[in-house]
Formats: sequence, C-alpha cells, structure tokens
Amino acid sequence: MTMQFNDETFRDDYTYRNSPEAIRRFPFPFDQDSYMYSVNLEPHAGGREGTPFNKRFDVDEHYVSEMRDRAITLADDPLRCQSLPHMELAGWDFLELVMDSKAEDYPDLFSLTKDGDRWHWVNRPLGIEQRFTFLDPTTLPCGPLEYITRQTQGDHALLDQREGNLWMDAGMVTSQADWSLDFDVGMNFFEWHAPVPKAHEMGIFQRALKFLLALPLSKPSRRLNWTLTVNPRLDTSPENYHKWGPEKRTVTPENVGAKQHLRVELQTLWRLPRSNAIAFPIRGYLASMEDLTTLPKWGRRLHRVLRDLPDELADYKGFTVNRPMIVDYLSKFDDGVPTSAGIYPDETGL
Amino acid sequence: MPCTEFSPSIFTRPVYADLVSRGAAPAIMLADGDGAEALIDLVARDASVMEQAHVMFIPLATNHGARLKALGAPSYHESPSFAACLERFQKALADARMGTSLYLAGTEGLIGQAMALAVAAGLAPGAIQAEHRGSIARRMQCVHCKGVTEAVTTDPFVCSHCGLTLFVRDHFSRRLGAFQGVCVDAETPGIVPPTQEIQP
Ligand code: HEM
Repeated sequence: MTMQFNDETFRDDYTYRNSPEAIRRFPFPFDQDSYMYSVNLEPHAGGREGTPFNKRFDVDEHYVSEMRDRAITLADDPLRCQSLPHMELAGWDFLELVMDSKAEDYPDLFSLTKDGDRWHWVNRPLGIEQRFTFLDPTTLPCGPLEYITRQTQGDHALLDQREGNLWMDAGMVTSQADWSLDFDVGMNFFEWHAPVPKAHEMGIFQRALKFLLALPLSKPSRRLNWTLTVNPRLDTSPENYHKWGPEKRTVTPENVGAKQHLRVELQTLWRLPRSNAIAFPIRGYLASMEDLTTLPKWGRRLHRVLRDLPDELADYKGFTVNRPMIVDYLSKFDDGVPTSAGIYPDETGL
Repeated sequence: MPCTEFSPSIFTRPVYADLVSRGAAPAIMLADGDGAEALIDLVARDASVMEQAHVMFIPLATNHGARLKALGAPSYHESPSFAACLERFQKALADARMGTSLYLAGTEGLIGQAMALAVAAGLAPGAIQAEHRGSIARRMQCVHCKGVTEAVTTDPFVCSHCGLTLFVRDHFSRRLGAFQGVCVDAETPGIVPPTQEIQP
C-alpha cells in the first residue's frame, strides 16, 4: 500500500491532523502510570510492525508537510542549520546512512543507485531527483547535512567525539522543544544539558555519556523524550518564543482537548563510520489530548502521569500555567482502573 | 577586592578561581578594571610569571595602571576599551607559541569574549585561566535577534538591539562568550516582573 501524505500546516491556521491510523501508531512514551528521568536507552533494532520503532528512519503521513514547514523556518532563519568546518565528513556519513536506510526500508518512496561514487537519489514524495558525487560538496545544492535533513523528518544533531566527550558541532534544528542550536553549537554533552533539572544530580548524564562514547557501529540505540505543546506547532524555538508564547495562554477548558498536544521525541543514536561522530535524530510526533484519549489506557495513564509529575519537570517543560486545566480535562478519562504494563494500548492489536 | 564568590548554578555558568602561576613561561595577560589586582596578587605569589609576559590592561574607571606597569613585564600596554585592544590581543594570540599561558582577569564580559577568541585561535583550554574581579555585569546575547548587549546589571533588561525585554539566564555559551537573554513577557506581552540587580 502506498502512503498517503497529508496536506497540512504547523503554524497560522494549524490544519495538522492525525488519521486514526497515526493515533494508533503514536509512540506513547509512558510505560507506567508515573514518570521520572532515567537512562532509558534500548537498542534501535526494529519493533512491532507498523509502529515508529519498526524502521530505521520512520516516514509517516506528515512527511511532506513537515518538510515544507522546515523550509519556511529555514528561509526565515538560516542559523537553524549549522555545521562547524570539521563536521563535513560526518554530514556525508549521515547522508549515506539515511539514503541507504530509506531506499531499503521504503523502496516505493525512495531509491538510491550507486555507480562507484556517482550516486543517483530519487525521493518520490518530495519530487526530488539528484545525481551527485559522494563526498564532493560541489555536486549538491547545499551541504550534505542540510541536503539530507531537508528530506528527513525530525531535528538532527551531529556530535563530534573527542577528549572523552561529545560536542554538538553540527545540526538541523527547526522543531525543537525550546532550545537553541545557535547558542548550543560547540558545547559538550554536559554543557548543552546544563538547563535540565534533577538529571545531573541523579547521575543520568554521566552514565548516558559513558554509554554513548562506546556506541558501536551498526548498533544504534534509541530513547523517548516528551513535552507538551499548545497547538501542533513544530517551531517552538526560543528564537521565536515571543511569537508563539502568547498562544500558550489561549488554552481554555473548552478547547484544551484539541489545542494541547503531547509532543514525543523518538531519539536515535548512530555511530558514523568515517568520521566516528554520532548522529542524533530527534524525531517528533504530535497528538492532541482528544486524539490520545480515544485509547482508554492512554487517557487513564496520561492523567495519572501529568497529575503526579514533579513540579520541577512541569516547570522545565513549560506547562505549569496550563497544568490544572489539562489534568482536569484528562480526569474525565480516568475511571481509576489499573493499566496494563508497557506503552502499547490494549485495543489496537499492535 | 577579592576574587568573586558565585552562588550555585547550572553547569554552563562559568565560575572562576584564583589565578595560578605557570612560572616563567611566555604569558599573555589581559585584564580590565579591578582585574589588575588579580595580576598584582598573582605576581606577589610568584614574581617569575612576569619574565616573559605581555600585559594588556583596560583601566575602566580604575587607577591600577601605574602599579600594574611597575611589575615590570617586558611588554605593557593600556587600551581605553576592549574594542580598542582587540587587534593587539588577537595578534598576541596568533603569535603565541606552544606553552604560552593566557591569564584573564576582570569582568565577565572581558573574560567571556577573550576566552572565546583564544579558543577560536587554537589555544588549548588548559592553557587558559581566568579570575573574576570587579563588576558582575554580564554580556548577554538576545536569543531572538542575536545581538549582544554588554555590561548588563539588571534582570530583566532591554536588548540594546531589538528592544525586547529579556530575562537573564545562567546558560552560557563559551563559543559566543555570552549568557542567554530570553523575552520575559513572551506569553503575556507587556507584563514584566520588577527589575532586580543581578547577583554573582
Ligand atoms: C547525544 C545526543 C544528545 C543530544 C544532542 C541531546 C540534546 C539535548 C538538548 C539540546 C536538550 C535541551 C536542553 C535545554 O533545555 O536547553 C536535552 C534535554 C534532555 N536530554 Fe538530551 N541529548 C542527547 C542525548 C541524551 C541522552 C542519551 C539522554 C539520556 C538519559 C538525554 C537526556 C535528556 C533529558 C532527560 C533532557 C530533559 C528533557 C525534558 O525534560 O524535556 N539526552 N537534550
């Protein structure tokens, strides 16, 4: 079956919608009724058929519209894509990884033909056809990282590994949960994570970094992270906070179910072969409270998680002002029945 | 005025300790205002640091110049501002040989900018030391327009480039040599909390 791509917006009139199928496959991030930071890393080695964990780089119904939104953001602010000079090779590594994976995993959408270093890339959903010479930057319309991430959902960071640390020396970041690539570029693992509450004291970043420094080739890892966003907006950047900030105060008891979205990041970690860098795609998924509560287990659980979340995390994630309204709305979907273990809803057969 | 004591904060918020002598090795020393006293104290602990030192001093409103000059560095220069000193400082960085130490002393604005330039010029981070003295004013980058406002002493403050009212974060970029300023009334335009003096 070929995929249908939605024609939708992530700004202004916000026509973004999830199909029932997209709701069913949503990467719900809570495997129990409460949440706290942890070193939640697992192998990114497939997952149940139809879920976003199944393919190396998940492509879904929002692909084409998300790429259009990225282009709008980049036209307005080219600093959302940066690459320090020594990161060019990592950019090529990542381009190869994505092209190989997408062509193999979605042969009806993408194809890649290699004749030595002369490559031919076809991206059917975006109507792109490109012949280029691998590792020759003059044969692409822009740098390799920018080229491939204009065609790949989610934000992306490339981390250089040196001095026993990881350095965020390149990235494409147009749909972030309120952090600035331009400010963070060149920082190490502990520096860019500095604003996160609690996790430093819990030793999470020390343990995670140790794991990542030893990340082997061909054995990618993944983790989920989440926040809440008002309206299905991708560009919740600090750069534009003065533009989207007022929308956070438009939530009412009547519209909270439709306006308030859970924003989940499926983060994967890949060792790159030539540069020894790590690629960090941050693939975002948005679903409204109305969407999520169509699945009773998720409605019950989301209520309990958001009700009991420590204040520091709610503050950091930026939803303290709307929290009472959200919890009140969700309480109507929580009858107190125990929930089953794991993230999958009981009803979908996934 | 002793070395500034900073309150506990996040990992990127720079904290500075006393300068430690690296002996008679070649040295670049850059100080502003009361930072001169940090260099004077350093020499009191080990006079040999001045043997191959190139000292650059921006007095701000202080009169430490004569005492600093009297420490006898082979090269001593005063500049009226950081901007005026920039070319000279960058030349010194470009000329630096392996084993050259960089000593920075004074305000956060000077330390932040000089450190960013030194790292960009290829000086090893281990060769760079900084001691904070004097004003705790911060160099702030506006996350919205990217303009840098120098010597910010209040929270919130008005971005000198785009005019937005920004709150002062502790998140600091060594590449930019600046803290991050973020619109304080983004969600509630016009409703701005009372202005406070920033604390160390
Ligand atoms: C190596 C690739 C990674 C990159 C580039 C990255 C980047 C980031 C950034 C930019 C933030 C936002 C910080 C801010 O507020 O300014 C963040 C938050 C966070 N990161 Fe990472 N991260 C990485 C890996 C990890 C790993 C492996 C963990 C594992 C535990 C982790 C845990 C967290 C947590 C808990 C937060 C707070 C999220 C929230 O509450 O919404 N990160 N990360």
